[in-house]
Amino acid sequence: MSPTYQDLIARAREVIPEVEPSDVAPRVEAGDGPLIVDVRETGEWDQGHLPGAVHIPRGFLESRIGGVAGDTGREMLVSCAGGQRSLLAAVTLRDMGYTNVSSLAGGFARWKQNDHPVEVPRILTPAQRSRYSRHVLIPEVGEEGQLKLLDSKALLIGAGGLGSPAAYYLAAAGVGTIGLVDDDVVDESNLQRQIIHTTDRVGMNKGESGREAIRALNPEVQVNVHPFRVTRDNVLDLLSGYDVVVDGADNFPTRYLLADAALMTKTPLVHASILRFEGHASVFVPYDGPCYRCLFPEPPPPDLAPSCGEAGVLGVLCGVMGNIQATEAIKVLLGIGDTLSGRLLIYDALGMTFTELKVRRDPDCPSCGPAADLRLRDYEAWCAGVGTHASEVAGATA
Amino acid sequence: MTIVKIPPVLRQAVGGERTVQAAGTTVGEVLGNLCDQHPAVGAQILTPEGDLHKYVNVYVNDEDARLLQWTDTPVGTGDTVLILPAMAGGSR
Ligand SMILES: [Zn+2]
Repeated sequence: MSPTYQDLIARAREVIPEVEPSDVAPRVEAGDGPLIVDVRETGEWDQGHLPGAVHIPRGFLESRIGGVAGDTGREMLVSCAGGQRSLLAAVTLRDMGYTNVSSLAGGFARWKQNDHPVEVPRILTPAQRSRYSRHVLIPEVGEEGQLKLLDSKALLIGAGGLGSPAAYYLAAAGVGTIGLVDDDVVDESNLQRQIIHTTDRVGMNKGESGREAIRALNPEVQVNVHPFRVTRDNVLDLLSGYDVVVDGADNFPTRYLLADAALMTKTPLVHASILRFEGHASVFVPYDGPCYRCLFPEPPPPDLAPSCGEAGVLGVLCGVMGNIQATEAIKVLLGIGDTLSGRLLIYDALGMTFTELKVRRDPDCPSCGPAADLRLRDYEAWCAGVGTHASEVAGATA
Repeated sequence: MTIVKIPPVLRQAVGGERTVQAAGTTVGEVLGNLCDQHPAVGAQILTPEGDLHKYVNVYVNDEDARLLQWTDTPVGTGDTVLILPAMAGGSR
């Protein structure tokens, strides 16, 4: 006669030790308990589980246990809702050669009844799971990474050529809070490249216009509009509210100001600059890699550094470079991959070439070097005086 | 001959070219030769004393010449010298 379910449970009890929640709880709370394998279904797991448990639904037990258990002698405690599925799962593990497997008596229900601590996983809502499904599918992002993005705050300096595509894609990606700093209003001549704005919003503040576009794309993103210029007086407050800053400024004083403020607030700075057919991009991670001033100790004089307004820019170049910034910002926020820290990427759209240069920390860097006298200065005066009295104004020799 | 890559802001000074061939065995000689061929470049990147301005970065292949031997860095056929001033554009 074939064994009934009750027979299987009874047989499992003969070979699998059962552990009472109160016996193992002190070890779990102290963080030196066994590896807890929760074999319930996802919907049950999402309601709460033992602290530090790993989730392997029973249907995936055989295929996934190797990846989490390591060696077969590892002490494991299998848990389920009431203590029966875990017994059967433990038998399976025993049959697979795992020698030190026990089952949680009474399961998660008894654990919870006894008021032991419970971890409730943060999860995406069904709507979020659908919206971000292509992210969730990527192992390097996954649900955990998507939750991290939703908790992240990115500050964009400029909602113009670079800021438009960067803000758009960061919003689409579900970066939870996006700050747009721009004192300018949308002009007709912006629309050739600043794709976050629209013809009917000409005259509106660029941050406000960006907020409208983002709201239409992804209403759950919080957009903070900062309709003013970044200055010495507001930069530290601004940056300290964000996890990453994306530099799409249009002038050197702002870029050097941001570089120093990023160091002071230890905020990673994602850099790009553009002109005609050429773009530069890099990432400056404070005190870990080089800073902007390690790369460019001094700005060139105005005739060697025309703005896009003076010299022109291919509209689509902004899309390429702004999206490189968005890519790097996402990697910084998720802590994945190799960023452009320590490298300057040069994109030449005419030749369709990408060139990489090495950027190293300058031991004598006046901003991030060990002897640096880092404080916010009058960057307008310094940039205007470069080559003549630059050193005295900005303390370049300090 | 060494290939010198010209940044967008200097292209007008070399007749619109993106690269220029220049002779010399060091970075200094190559840039000197470039400025002889195209004096308008010299006016932009050299001080009145003939030194490179501090705002001009120079790379030999992918390495910053400041971290090599600066203008004394030896270069030869097959090397690329890249002139790189910072760019500010981004927003407007
Ligand atoms: Zn530095």
